[in-house]
Amino acid sequence: MPEEGVNLQKRRFLTTTTAVVGAVGAGFAAVPFIANWQPSQRARAAGAPEEADISGLAAGGLLRVKWRGKVCWIVRRTPEQIAELKTLDGQLADPNSIASRQPDYCANPHRSIKPDYFVAIGICTHLGCSPTFRPEVAPADLGADWQGGFYCPCHGSKFDMAGRVYAGVPAPTNLEIPPHRYLSDDVILIGADGGDV
Amino acid sequence: MSVLNWIDRRFPATKVWNEHLAEYYAPKNFNFWYFFGSLALLVLVNQIVTGVWLAMAYKPSAADAFASVEYIMRDMDYGWLIRYLHSTGASAFFIVVYLHMFRGLIYGSYREPRELVWIIGLVIYLIMMATAFFGYLLPWGQMSYWGAQVIVNLFAAVPFIGEDLSIWIRGDYVISDATLNRFFALHFLLPFVLAALVFIHIVALHKVGSNNPDGIEIKQNKDAQGIPRDGIRFHPYYTVKDTVGVGVFLIFFTAVVFFWPDVGGLFLEAPNFEPANPLKTPEHIAPVWYFTPFYAMLRAIPPMFGSQFPGVLVMFASILILFALPWLDRSPVKSIRYKGGIFKFAIVVFAISFVILGYLGMIPSTRMLLGLEASLWAQIFTGLYFLFFILMPWYSRLSQAQPVPERVTA
Repeated sequence: MPEEGVNLQKRRFLTTTTAVVGAVGAGFAAVPFIANWQPSQRARAAGAPEEADISGLAAGGLLRVKWRGKVCWIVRRTPEQIAELKTLDGQLADPNSIASRQPDYCANPHRSIKPDYFVAIGICTHLGCSPTFRPEVAPADLGADWQGGFYCPCHGSKFDMAGRVYAGVPAPTNLEIPPHRYLSDDVILIGADGGDV
Repeated sequence: MSVLNWIDRRFPATKVWNEHLAEYYAPKNFNFWYFFGSLALLVLVNQIVTGVWLAMAYKPSAADAFASVEYIMRDMDYGWLIRYLHSTGASAFFIVVYLHMFRGLIYGSYREPRELVWIIGLVIYLIMMATAFFGYLLPWGQMSYWGAQVIVNLFAAVPFIGEDLSIWIRGDYVISDATLNRFFALHFLLPFVLAALVFIHIVALHKVGSNNPDGIEIKQNKDAQGIPRDGIRFHPYYTVKDTVGVGVFLIFFTAVVFFWPDVGGLFLEAPNFEPANPLKTPEHIAPVWYFTPFYAMLRAIPPMFGSQFPGVLVMFASILILFALPWLDRSPVKSIRYKGGIFKFAIVVFAISFVILGYLGMIPSTRMLLGLEASLWAQIFTGLYFLFFILMPWYSRLSQAQPVPERVTA
């Protein structure tokens, strides 16, 4: 094709603008494919609050409840376990839960609404394994200093009976506390606190 | 051959055959280490064929997945064989690819002009790891579930966007049916991407020509016909040689498939014979052996600034640093045969570190070894792993190289 009389500047401009408009169109076309990976409406609806009956929970026991597909623990601590919490502060990474996630009403030394009942999401803040409940004092594998708590089998993170993480383990923060409230003395609602507690 | 003539006028069949097989001149001094490229291709084909057959009976749903695998194992004719070929093939793939990569490392096959061959190979390795990771969730056992939980949570450690990113990957707030279903789709897709990348890997290799144990460019010494004096036709010489390699490989491979498919928990982990339970993590979880070196590096790095991100960064960096290798090596020679003592020593330390990290990634990080905690050993060997690369520009230049011969040696 003869190049004579061809406006190369105009041609380059048209080629570039066409390419840019095409790229923008491709970007918009990608949106549905990316958004499609978000949790579906059904998965989002499954995040509804969950009621837990704690009337059968003995002192020192643990109850597992599923909320949003995650495991939630309700632990009924013994008076000795509550008393022990204060003595551990020096060994913990975040004893006052400054950097950790919990509702304001649980930002206290025992990290709970009532001192004896402790509610937490049973997912390690490191990489999401579920720690094992190890309430016994000084077992052989965890050492003589162990005062009871939670031990993550995946990467060795340790938490005390208030879900507070020990210093020098992989988990960066204390176990997360979900929003929750007491519907009665025997029933806890996990996932909603009504904002009035 | 009128049929072939008819085809050749419409499709370059003879031309492609000659360019890549019959008239592709490869160095005549290939040794044992040169079996693993063709073996990797063999295993890829095995994975695709057995995988497609498994997909005909496997059900990618949280409710049915575990039972459908047991159905394949117990009720289908030769279902056990096809599944064990696939599960053993996964580990075999990594064994031959690690050996293939080590070959490249010792003979300097990543050096100019083969940088792109090396880089395309690393992309293949990355896609392979993704494929293996997606595939490991599919049996929906305890190790599948919690392994995927840990790996997806690596992305949650990314600052600011991490939490949303991990939810987007899972399609749910936890590993669930939605995650399993999409991982199955991706696990089916990626092997075909791999096949395409293998094609590109070979095209790039045949453009620059194969390296060899002496690290000599055979194209620099051609006869009157323009044929490298140290080259032999790939077909029939190396096709026949590789066939012998395939035979020996299959003896070991089928021995594992028939007599020891779990390899004592290395290829198939015991907790995975238990259905996934989102409420309970197994006592000890570890990835399959081919990921454990990187897993050990992840665990070796303590949290900083209240975040797990530094460990995640180190783990990804340990793989990404391989991309820089062609530009880190400043040695005047390619092959380990003519490199100086310092370089040989560095490669030995690197290989030992990688194997030990692989072991450390399998055991609990709190276990004591020779008086030190496993996580401390992991920190030491993570350091050595990175020093191999970071110090290479200096020690590769310092290391006294020996003269390289004109022609390849036997």
